[in-house]
Amino acid sequence: MKKISTLAALPVALLLALPAAHAADEDAYAEFKAMMDRSFKTTGIAPKHRMYQLDFQKACSQEKQPSKAEMARIEAEQMKTIRYPADGKYFGDWKQGEKIALDGRGLTWTDKTPLNNGGGCYNCHQLSHHEISYGTIGPSLLEYGKARGNTEEIIKYTWGKIYNAKAFNACSNMPRNGDAEILTEQQMKHLMAFLFDPASPVNKK
Amino acid sequence: MTEPTKYALPVAVATLLALVPLTAPAADKMMEAINEYRELLADGNPSELVAAQGEELWKTRRGPKNATLEQCDLGLGPGVIKGASAQLPRFFKDTGKVQDLETRLMTCMETLQGIEPQAVIKAGWLKGERENMAALVAYVVTESNGHKVKVDLKHPAMKKMYDMGKLAFYYRAGPMDFSCATCHGDEGKRIRMQELPDLRTHEGAIAGWGSWPAYRVSNGQFWTMQHRLNDCYRQQRTAEPIYGSDVTIALSVYLAGKANGGKVVTPGIKR
Ligand code: HEC
Ligand code: HEC
Repeated sequence: MKKISTLAALPVALLLALPAAHAADEDAYAEFKAMMDRSFKTTGIAPKHRMYQLDFQKACSQEKQPSKAEMARIEAEQMKTIRYPADGKYFGDWKQGEKIALDGRGLTWTDKTPLNNGGGCYNCHQLSHHEISYGTIGPSLLEYGKARGNTEEIIKYTWGKIYNAKAFNACSNMPRNGDAEILTEQQMKHLMAFLFDPASPVNKK
Repeated sequence: MTEPTKYALPVAVATLLALVPLTAPAADKMMEAINEYRELLADGNPSELVAAQGEELWKTRRGPKNATLEQCDLGLGPGVIKGASAQLPRFFKDTGKVQDLETRLMTCMETLQGIEPQAVIKAGWLKGERENMAALVAYVVTESNGHKVKVDLKHPAMKKMYDMGKLAFYYRAGPMDFSCATCHGDEGKRIRMQELPDLRTHEGAIAGWGSWPAYRVSNGQFWTMQHRLNDCYRQQRTAEPIYGSDVTIALSVYLAGKANGGKVVTPGIKR
C-alpha cells in the first residue's frame, strides 16, 4: 500500500494544488516540479522517487502552516495509520531503548541497508539526566514517565506519537517512525521503556 | 589535495573530533579545541594550501585545448577574480543560465580547456576533476574574503531562481518528511551539540552562506558549497541531488539573496 501511495502522490499533489492557484502560479509550480525532477538521482538505498511528495508533505511545504481545517483533516488521516502492538505489550528493555535514542544513523544514501536504523531522538530531544549532548528541535522529554504517569491514555498517546507524530500535529518536524518504517515495533517498545521505566535515566537521577 | 599528514595540528584535532562520542564534556573539549585551533589559524588557514594549488591549476595549461583558465569570466570580465564569487550565483548571457561558482568554472573548463563537464559531475567528492574543482574554488573564494554578498535579484532569471529556491527550501519529502526548514527554519536550534543557523533570516544566511566554502576541521577536508548542500540533503534523507543541478543553484540564489549585503568570510573554518 505504502509503496503505491508514494508513487501516486506526485500527480495527486499537483491536482490538489490546482483549484486555489492562479494560472501564473500554476506555471511556476509546474516549472519547479520539473526542476526537482531533473535535479535528483537514485544513489544506493535512496531511490529518486523519494522526491515525490505525499499529500501531507506537500501541504506542509510552505512558509506558513496550512489552515486549521486542513491540519485537522491530515491529522485524522494520519491517525488511521497507527498500529498498536498486537500483543498489547508496550514496553521492551530501556537499555536498548537508550541506544536507539542515541543512534542517529540510517536511511541516507551512504547507508548499506534500509533496515537497522537508529531513532535519532537525541538529535531533537533532551531525554536522560546524564546525556547532555542533545538537540533542541523538539521539547525536552526529561522525566517523561515521572511527569506523565503511566495511565493507559498516556501510554497509547506516546506510542501513537512515536509511531506517527503527524497524527497529533499535521506538520510536526518529528518523523513518522512506525508509519514510514524507520523503526520496528520492537525498537519502539524499547523506546517506550526508556521513556517510562522508573529505573531508566530519563526518570531516575 | 587533502593530505592531512602534512599538517600535524589539524590531524590531532580532527582525530579528537572524529573519535570522541559527543558527551557534554567531550563536546566542551571539542569546542575548546576548535576555538584554540581558530586562534592559531588567525594568520593562516589550512585552505591556503588548497588555494595555492588552485592558483597553480588556474594558470596551468590543461585539457584537450591545452589552455589555462586565465581568461575565465566569472561575471566581472575575463580573468577578473577579485570579488567575483561574492557576486555569484548570477545570470550569464553566454550560457543563458544562472550559474554558481562551480557550474561557472565547469563552463570555463569546457570552453577554454575542452574538459567535459561530465568529468566533474561524475567524479566522487575530492576525487579527480572534482578535487581540482575544490582547489580552484578555494583559490577563487579567497579573493572575495571581506567583500559583501551582492547578487542581483532584480534580474528576472535570478528572481525566478530565488522563488524556486524558496520552494525547495520548504520542500518536505523522503522517509523522514524533512525539509531544509526542519533543521534551519527556527532560531537558536541545535542537533545534538551542533548549532544550526536559521537560514530564513539575513543573520543566519550570512553566517551560513557567507562562510562557505570552508575547511572542515573534523575531517581535514576543504568542502565546496555543492559539497555542503549535498551533505545536507543526505542528512535530510532525500534522493541525491546531481552535482551542479538546478535545485542546488536555486537554493544558492535563495541563500545568497537572504545574505545580500553581509560580509563574506571565505574560506570559512568549520567543525
Ligand atoms: C527532527 C526532530 C525530532 C526527532 C528526530 C524526534 N522528535 Fe519527538 N518531537 C519533535 C517535536 C518538534 C515534538 C513536539 C510536538 C510536535 O511538533 O509534533 C516532539 C514530540 C515528541 C513527544 C511528545 C511530547 C509531549 O510532551 O507530548 C514524544 C513522546 C517524542 N517526541 C518522542 C520522540 C522519540 C522517542 C524519538 C526518537 C525515536 C523522537 N521523538 C524523535 C521532534 C523530533
Ligand atoms: C537533518 C538536518 C539537516 C537538514 C534537513 C539540512 N541541514 Fe543544513 N546543516 C545541518 C547541520 C547539522 C549543519 C552543520 C554543519 C555540519 O554538519 O557540520 C548544517 C549546515 C548547513 C549550512 C552551513 C551553515 C554553517 O554555518 O556552516 C548550510 C548553508 C546549510 N546547512 C544549508 C541547508 C540546506 C539548503 C538544506 C536543504 C537542502 C539543509 N541545510 C538541510 C543539518 C541539516
